[in-house]
Amino acid sequence: MGSGRLYAAVAAGGFRRYATYRAATLAGVFTNTVFGVILVYTYLALWDEKPHLGGYDQAQAVTYVWLGQCLYSTLAIQGGGAEKDLMDRIRTGEIAVDLYRPADLQLWWLASDLGRSMFQLIGRGVIPFAFGALFFPMALPTDVMSWAALLVALFLAMLVSFGIRYLAALSAFWLMDGQGISQAVMILGIFCSGMVLPLNAFPGVFGDIVRVLPWAAQLQMPADVLMGRTDPLGAYAFQAVWAVVLLAAGRLLQSAATRRVVVQGG
Amino acid sequence: MWIRSAMTYRTSFVVTVFGNLAVTGLDFVGILLMFSQVDSLGGWTLPEIAFLYGLSVTSFGIADLVLGSMDVLGSRIRDGSFDILLVRPAPVLAQIGADHFALRRLGRITQGAVVLVWALTAVDVDWSVAKVLLVPVMVVSGAVIFSAVFVAGAAFQIYAQDASEVQNAFTYGGTTLLQYPPAVFGKDFVRGVTFMLPLAFVNWVPASYVLGRPYPLELPGWVAFVSPLVAVGCCALAGLAWRAGLGSYRSTGS
Repeated sequence: MGSGRLYAAVAAGGFRRYATYRAATLAGVFTNTVFGVILVYTYLALWDEKPHLGGYDQAQAVTYVWLGQCLYSTLAIQGGGAEKDLMDRIRTGEIAVDLYRPADLQLWWLASDLGRSMFQLIGRGVIPFAFGALFFPMALPTDVMSWAALLVALFLAMLVSFGIRYLAALSAFWLMDGQGISQAVMILGIFCSGMVLPLNAFPGVFGDIVRVLPWAAQLQMPADVLMGRTDPLGAYAFQAVWAVVLLAAGRLLQSAATRRVVVQGG
Repeated sequence: MWIRSAMTYRTSFVVTVFGNLAVTGLDFVGILLMFSQVDSLGGWTLPEIAFLYGLSVTSFGIADLVLGSMDVLGSRIRDGSFDILLVRPAPVLAQIGADHFALRRLGRITQGAVVLVWALTAVDVDWSVAKVLLVPVMVVSGAVIFSAVFVAGAAFQIYAQDASEVQNAFTYGGTTLLQYPPAVFGKDFVRGVTFMLPLAFVNWVPASYVLGRPYPLELPGWVAFVSPLVAVGCCALAGLAWRAGLGSYRSTGS
């Protein structure tokens, strides 16, 4: 019970930390809204040319764009969440302090990242989404159940997102410099999450592959759950399997890393 | 100094240049993906859109190479180290440009140039002397216009302090916008980026002349050649904004 409170406090800390930067949050809202508008116009032109691309109609494509802008920083799709701090701590050697704490390393960072996600969802995600709904035709469900289903999918997406970035961060134990990995996280995140184009509009075998990768759990699944285009239970199963696999791999890598940790002297 | 520091780790430098190429190339991969499904977008073919893309990314890449360090400004203001720049006997703007000067940004220029060269060979254009000359003029004036946006954004950061992302909306947002033909966007939107923030002069207007496309907003024919003038005007305005920003700067005192 006591440890549950600890992680809740860590999560609250993550939330508060990002809530402190109000100007940065407003700036982020503005940027996501501008990018959303640009993307919506290009998608509308694309769907004009080819209606029902990827099985979406225009309103669904627009909804997809705005959900993407809403989740961009929530799920740290191009990186920049807890894994960035963790990499820094590994590089500077401060990780040694974390390893002495009477708390689980992975759970600690997961809690902190979930707090960050929650703040980004409320502080940065909701307004661009609402702006989109106000000024563009969107395919939004009217029943409460679909929205509740979305929330579950979002929570699972947060776990998968953290799972990927935690693995990336741990690689710093071997590589020391996180720049290359951060770049890989960024490229794969933007491309394979479907920020460029919905994954169901990717052609051929290429499309089949990206749709089973863990990144599909981040934007494609929540979008399809919200618009009722997929059975929520199937989507949850897909997300949960990837979350378990990634978090377990993170655990394994963590124990391998901490056994060989050599603390950098400053 | 920043170049030498980057060159110390040669492999790492090469890897980051390639990484940069890949990151910026994603936009174009996205466009290619779209064209795997359709033959035209807003009535423009792939080589024509590649032409817009190459112009926009190359111009932006040059501006980013020279002034892209502007995002560091916000954190410098926050931690108080901006004051150091003010007391040094060199123009503040030049110092910020040199601050964290990153040669890896060559990746973006390379990628834009490659797409531009391919587009030039692939577009179906009746080349005349004026059209040929207009291409380098577009790249240079585009770079100057984007630079002005960077400087104006930096001036805004002095007021807003912790809002470097607003600048991203105009710089990165601007270059993304210009990768698609104007016909894709709503009329009011196009009006905004023609008359208020004149990004349309980076490529939309002059490229319409080169490709023989109707001008956005039915502008008169001669506007295809005013990009350098627009660029000079933007610089003057950005310079004023920068001076006003510096004048209003108050140190955090830390």
